[in-house]
Amino acid sequence: MRRTLELLSVQLRASVMLAVQYRLDFVLDLFIGLFWTVAAVLPLFVVYGGAASRGVPGWTFGETLLVVGCFITLQAVIDGAIAPSLSTVLDHVRKGTLDFVLLKPHDSQLLVSISRFQLWRSAGLVHAGIVFGLGFRELGHGPSLLGVVEAALLLLVATWMLYSLWLVIASVAFYAVKVDNLSSLFTSIFDAARWPKTVFRGAFRFAFTFVIPLVVMTTFPAEALLGRLDWATLISSVVGAAALALCARLFWLASLRKYTSAGG
Amino acid sequence: MSLRAVPALLKVGFAEAVAYRTEMVVWVLSTTMPLVMMLLWTSIADEGTVRGQTGAEWSSATFVGYFLCVFIVRQVVAAWAAWEINFEVRNGSLALRLLRPLHPLIAFATSNLAYLPLRTLVTLPVAIFVVVTHREALSTDWRAWLLFPVTIFGAWAINFFVNAAVGALSFFADSSLRVMDAWFAFFFVFSGYLVPLEFFPEWLRTIAEALPFRFVLALPVELMTARVTFEQGLPLVLQQLGYVTALGLLALGLWRRGVTRFQAFGG
Repeated sequence: MRRTLELLSVQLRASVMLAVQYRLDFVLDLFIGLFWTVAAVLPLFVVYGGAASRGVPGWTFGETLLVVGCFITLQAVIDGAIAPSLSTVLDHVRKGTLDFVLLKPHDSQLLVSISRFQLWRSAGLVHAGIVFGLGFRELGHGPSLLGVVEAALLLLVATWMLYSLWLVIASVAFYAVKVDNLSSLFTSIFDAARWPKTVFRGAFRFAFTFVIPLVVMTTFPAEALLGRLDWATLISSVVGAAALALCARLFWLASLRKYTSAGG
Repeated sequence: MSLRAVPALLKVGFAEAVAYRTEMVVWVLSTTMPLVMMLLWTSIADEGTVRGQTGAEWSSATFVGYFLCVFIVRQVVAAWAAWEINFEVRNGSLALRLLRPLHPLIAFATSNLAYLPLRTLVTLPVAIFVVVTHREALSTDWRAWLLFPVTIFGAWAINFFVNAAVGALSFFADSSLRVMDAWFAFFFVFSGYLVPLEFFPEWLRTIAEALPFRFVLALPVELMTARVTFEQGLPLVLQQLGYVTALGLLALGLWRRGVTRFQAFGG
């Protein structure tokens, strides 16, 4: 465990050094990140604005802002911590340089998972904070302490799920070499998570709850903040995430056995 | 004249598109945003008709027609030369293109256009679905449908010239692709991609109508769905072609200045 934390701190330091080397990029990225947040929130104002629009069925403006807040939080986590590391796996497999990771005396899944961080993306967390603030101001009351704890737990669960799904995508690289755009397919599906669950009906609701659990990731934490989440949902979310993580781990190990390196 | 090479280049580009067909299908599938927005708006409209800021009524079926047309147009007018140019400038392989007796921008444009038949084929099922099930959402004016291909070409040309201009920026700065990200962020908001422009409040719509983004998507879509009539469309098409010319000149100018800075890497 101590060794794991040591490794993590080394990688974080390396990422910080890399980030301060490219200062202009850093500033540009901050601005573009702001644009994306505005682009995420703007449709909301249109959906709820105007006399004739009633907004998403069953969700008020403030409540939907909480869902968007969860969405922006998770997007920052994906772009900052999950995607950069795991997309290096795709490169490693294609070039055969995964050898160097496998030779190191530590668990390979851990090593590839912490290999790169894009720390400026954490600016997204600030944006999310602002959106949460707007949401609660609109609602006129703050969350209960229990609600905050539950929501934090659920966001961790969501991170765990996203990590597992990404690990599965990275593992597919061992079978099909060209999967760069598989990851962009996932990113674009994740865009659907910015809306509360009532937007999805019928087969979509089922798919986004149980197959690609977007509803679990953003609607459930928002419901927790609103004090509407029951214990059974919370517990089954945790169990579901654990099952997903286990499957992803097994798939990673099975895929590693497929790895044959490349070149000479 | 070097333009004689274009048919051959188109053939090569088409073969390339066929070779990478799975990759292309995944790219097409990644365009899920219009479909998500369709789910959102239909869930709202099913509770009762929605009224735009201009007073027009939108039923659930209107939204389905609109967003499926958005999906189709987005596929057909796509351009991606910025990434190709950036890649070739950075690894030096652009040197090979510069040796050929054909302007590199023409080569990039033809390879982009060569994907068109296959992309159209992929969107065909969606188009048939719209025609069969949501015909009332489509324009019945044949003159609008004559104007439609022109707007599609204009939309693609704007996309391509922006790509070319940003690609040419990579002669000057390494991180030019970030400009493309910024373009997309604006495109999402101001082109009618997420929200039909009619739903914007007055002041925001005025801004959106002046910017180039609506000419890349909203104009052809609104012609298809009769939101814009033939008479309203004509001056808009002229405005669109104005943007095409301006951006084309910008791209050529940037390219001409930038290419003198090019130094091939490697040997």
